[in-house]
Amino acid sequence: MPQKSIRQALNEALAQEMRRDPTVVVIGEDVAGGAATEGQRDAYGGVLGVTKGLFAEFGEARVIDTPITESAIMGAAAGAAVTGLRPVAELMFSDFFGVCFDQIFNQAAKFRYMFGGKAKTPLVIRTMIGAGRSAAAQHSQSPYHIFTSVPGLKCVVPSNAYDAKGLLIQAIRDDDPVIFCEHKLMYDLRTEVPDEPYAIPFGEANIVRDGDDVTVIALSRMVHYAGEAADTLAKEGIECELIDPRTTSPLDEDTILDSVERTGRLVVVDEATPRCSIATDIAALVADKAFAALKAPVRRVTAPHTPVPFAPVLEKLYIPSPERIAAAIREVHGYAG
Amino acid sequence: MSAGVSAVTMPKWGLTMTEGTVVGWLKQQGQRFAEGEEILEIETPKITNVVEAPSEGTLRRIVAQAGATLPIGALLAVVAPDEVPEAEIDAFVAGFEVPEPSAGEKAEAEGIKPRDIEVAGLRLRYLDVGEGDGVPVLLAHGFGADLNTWMFTQPALAAARRAVALDLPGHGGSAKEVGAGDAESLTDAVEGALGALGVERVHLVGHSMGGAVAALLALRRPDRVASLTLIASAGLGPEINASFIDGFVRATRRREATEILSLLVHDPALVSRPMVEDVLRYKRLDGVTAGLGKITEAWFGGGRQSLDLTGRIAELAMPVQVIWGRDDRIIPVAHAEALAARLPVHILEAAGHLPHMEKAAEVNRIIEEFVRG
Repeated sequence: MPQKSIRQALNEALAQEMRRDPTVVVIGEDVAGGAATEGQRDAYGGVLGVTKGLFAEFGEARVIDTPITESAIMGAAAGAAVTGLRPVAELMFSDFFGVCFDQIFNQAAKFRYMFGGKAKTPLVIRTMIGAGRSAAAQHSQSPYHIFTSVPGLKCVVPSNAYDAKGLLIQAIRDDDPVIFCEHKLMYDLRTEVPDEPYAIPFGEANIVRDGDDVTVIALSRMVHYAGEAADTLAKEGIECELIDPRTTSPLDEDTILDSVERTGRLVVVDEATPRCSIATDIAALVADKAFAALKAPVRRVTAPHTPVPFAPVLEKLYIPSPERIAAAIREVHGYAG
Repeated sequence: MSAGVSAVTMPKWGLTMTEGTVVGWLKQQGQRFAEGEEILEIETPKITNVVEAPSEGTLRRIVAQAGATLPIGALLAVVAPDEVPEAEIDAFVAGFEVPEPSAGEKAEAEGIKPRDIEVAGLRLRYLDVGEGDGVPVLLAHGFGADLNTWMFTQPALAAARRAVALDLPGHGGSAKEVGAGDAESLTDAVEGALGALGVERVHLVGHSMGGAVAALLALRRPDRVASLTLIASAGLGPEINASFIDGFVRATRRREATEILSLLVHDPALVSRPMVEDVLRYKRLDGVTAGLGKITEAWFGGGRQSLDLTGRIAELAMPVQVIWGRDDRIIPVAHAEALAARLPVHILEAAGHLPHMEKAAEVNRIIEEFVRG
């Protein structure tokens, strides 16, 4: 099976869904690709190359470049969704959600309810998350927990190219608004991806590795850091069960609880800030529904409650590291009450 | 070094296996065993399988404990006669090196990849291994499976002949269009594949639905079929576990898929999580559910098998044999028992619907002897 990067997998998902369904359109800043030489309008294929080739194949009626105005992009996309299209709108950096949150939070998320189930809103919002490029506090956040907390929105946080393709296809086919969070440091990460289209159901976690000693839950880039930690610990005789929920809303509670019932020990890893976060949410879920199974306190490994620092040394300290994750797992594993 | 000191090493089963995990030892250190006795269990990416003793001997030293995950070729245990001194066993363990594959073996391993052929406009994936003077073998998998079901069978048969495993239409890496999806259309595809692969005469081995396809092909082209091996085959009676078929078509999540797949085997512990994941990855592909739905309707509509070849199989002039697991929960073993008066029938104890995976060594032996003639 061919190896593809997350960038290629996302591009393939968009192209295949646009071929399959003429109501699928792409809208956002520079999605046509950015003008270069004359006659070559998709030179870059978006700021990160994800939409490369779409403009050439589907034209400007379906690959719509917009002015720099997130509120107009999201408003137009939400309206298009509720009137029969399946827009894939791009919010370049998730950090910018604030300027268009009415369109997302109070409009798109609520249409189905406000119209008594007579309207559906098949809208996908692709957006970048993540720190690690010294892009400073306004371009480095991971606010998927904010989208997760809104009823009516679904939230996808993929960690690899296979999942990225299948989850984006599912997001496009889904009849509700979906926020699709892409980590900006992972676009070149490769894995085996089928050429054929396929959809991964929401609310189905991926068990990345099996283990009986400690349950470790991680999302996005943290899945790979947690995997490194689990490799180190396996050499010390500690077997981690690493679970990637893939979607934070809906959340696959069963897989998490089944695992904790077996291991009795839980570490949650989250690149986002810790207050009212996914890490906190999962810790609460387990405390609520699997308390009796716990043999040790739940540990969260997260960023601190501060804006993302610009200075590279501080940013490195800010992001949970494989070493910090391993230390938390060791502590939870060694806890004797 | 005394004669008769030998290594038990991590076997390679199937294309994707690079390492295996020792599940447990079925013999104690110091215990004697006869040739063919089961020594240990290994977990692979697909399923757990047993390693059998290649010859009689004593299990002098267990090197890899239960739970150890090791690469192919790694030393698992030392077998030697009782009179070999301990010091020599120590020296054997200390001196053991995982043999580096030769350049030829490496090239061969690289070359062993599934390929595609076009049959009547349909892309079919196949895996072609082995060579030799023997008449080639063609392996046809069952409903919802793919050529990887033969991961233990195909390498054994390929030792003396060409062995080709095919993905049926709608399955594995083949095109997901199934046409009518009925027995005739699947048989057309297999017949076309034989032509495209330049196979003149062939031993057919079919499992479950693939068994019925193989039997139909043997009836259609008796001139080209040297023998027929039917494993837990469809087409030999009306009964089939309809809730398995429906559940398999419907399952989209790990939990339901695990429950459904455990119906396939005698020991549900054999169904590993990667095996479930592979099935889900296949089932998520566009067109698979629709194709399986069409096949279900044509073959098993109303929860019964529509194809009954029991009478016609008696017309076949080539050798025909039947292999079944005693605890088959998909197609009842009674279908095999009913044929016992007319054909060689092998019923394997402690096996379910996948005897070629659950009792791989035994099934390999039965097929090898049969095709050798």
